[in-house]
Amino acid sequence: MCIAFPGRILTIDKDNFAIIDISGTRREVSLDIVDEPVTVGDYVICHAGYAIQRIDEEAAQEKLAFLKELIDNEIY
Amino acid sequence: MKYIDEYRNPELVRGLLDAVSILAAGIGRDVALMEICGTHTHAIGRYGIRRLLPKNIRLISGPGCPVCVTSIRDVDRALYLAALPDVIFATFGDMLRVPGTGGESLQRLRAAGADVRVISSAADAVRFAAENPGKQVILMGIGFETTTPTVAAAILSARRKGVENFSVFSVHKTVPQAIRALIEDPSLKIDGFLCPGHVSIITGKEAYEMIPRAGRAAVITGFEPADVMEGILMILRQIMEGRFEVANQYVRGPKAEGNLKAREVMAQVFEPGDAEWRGLGVIAGSGLRIRHEYEGFDALKRFTLPEIRSVEFRGCRCGEILRGVMAPAECHLFMKACTPSNPVGPCMVSSEGTCAAYYKYERTSDR
Repeated sequence: MCIAFPGRILTIDKDNFAIIDISGTRREVSLDIVDEPVTVGDYVICHAGYAIQRIDEEAAQEKLAFLKELIDNEIY
Repeated sequence: MKYIDEYRNPELVRGLLDAVSILAAGIGRDVALMEICGTHTHAIGRYGIRRLLPKNIRLISGPGCPVCVTSIRDVDRALYLAALPDVIFATFGDMLRVPGTGGESLQRLRAAGADVRVISSAADAVRFAAENPGKQVILMGIGFETTTPTVAAAILSARRKGVENFSVFSVHKTVPQAIRALIEDPSLKIDGFLCPGHVSIITGKEAYEMIPRAGRAAVITGFEPADVMEGILMILRQIMEGRFEVANQYVRGPKAEGNLKAREVMAQVFEPGDAEWRGLGVIAGSGLRIRHEYEGFDALKRFTLPEIRSVEFRGCRCGEILRGVMAPAECHLFMKACTPSNPVGPCMVSSEGTCAAYYKYERTSDR
C-alpha cells in the first residue's frame, strides 16, 4: 500500500492541489502535507493523492553518478 | 520515467549483485534479512531478486502489508459499517476482496447493493460527503505512516469545510512497534532489516534506532531493483564490519528527520492506542485512534457496533507468514484452496501480500 511515485508539478491551484505529470499521465495531488515550499517544475514523491516529499534533485543525481562510477571502476 | 528508469538499469544491478556476492562469501555464514514492506516484497518478486542472491543470503518477507495485518475482527467491523443503510463506504482498493468471517467481503456486499466505493485518495471521501449530504460517508482508515497523514489531512479538511457527514474507521498502525516485536521474537533470527522507504519519508531515521541497538543492521531502502540490491549490500557491509546503524540507501526519498509537517498533522488527529495485528497479536501502542478533539469524525463513536464473533478460516497460515516464520509454499492451502482469484487469507488478496507476490512471481522458487 505504501506505493509512491515521483512526478513533476505542472500547476498549483488555490486550494493547494497540484496537477502532476507522471511520465505523461496527469494526476491531481494535495500539497497539504509536503513540508517544504514547492513550485511548478519541482519533482515530488506522491502517495495516495498527496505529495509527501520534494525530491532533492542534486542529491539524487550525485548518488546515481557515484554508484555508476564505483561500478565502472569495479570498486563495488 | 525520471527517478525510476535509472534504477532499473541492468548493468547497475549486476554490478551491485557482484559486490553482494563478494561480501556474502566474505561473511561465510547464513544471513537472514527481512524486507518489512509489502511494496518491497512485490518488487523483490517482480525483479527476481530472491533467486539472484547468493545461497547464504535469505530474504524473509515481513508484516508490511496493511491489509494483511488487519485483524479479522476489524475486517468484520468494516463489513458491518459498510452494510449500514444510507452509508457510502470508501476504501482503498486492496481492502475490497479481503474475506471476513464466513467469507463475506466488501466486494460481495457491493454486489448485493451496498454503496462501497474504491478511492485513490482520502480527499475523494471528503468530496463524496460534500456531494451527498443525505448520506454518511465512512472512510476505512488503513495503512502505515505513509498513508496515515493523508487520512489525518482529510479529517482536517472536512472540519475546515464544515463537512459533518464524514467519519473514519481507523485501523491505522505504526511500523516501529511491529519491528520491535519481531526483534524480540525468539523464533525469528533476523540479521538485518530493509526498512520501508516511503514510511521513512514520514518517520525519518529515528524510528528504527532500536534495530542497531539490538545489534542488527538497518538500511532505509527504495523500491527499484538497484535500490533493493544496494540496500542488501549496505546491510551486508554492516554485518561484515559488525558496526550497526540506521543507514539510508534511498537518498532521493527520506530526509534524516522525516516529514515533520506530516507527523504534526498525524499527531493532531491521532493518538497511539493498542492494536491487534493478524499474526502478531495485540501490540501495545502500535495503533492509532482518533483523538477526543476529533471524535465527531470517529466512525466508532458515531455508529454503535455490536459484539461480532469473528472466526479465522481454518488452515490459513497468514499469521505465521506475516511473522516470517513460514514461507507461503509451506501452507497447505497455498495454490490449492487459496489462489488470487479465490483467496482464503488476506496475504493472497493484496498484490503486495506475501502469498500473492510468491504466487505471481516465485511459484517455482523454493527459497
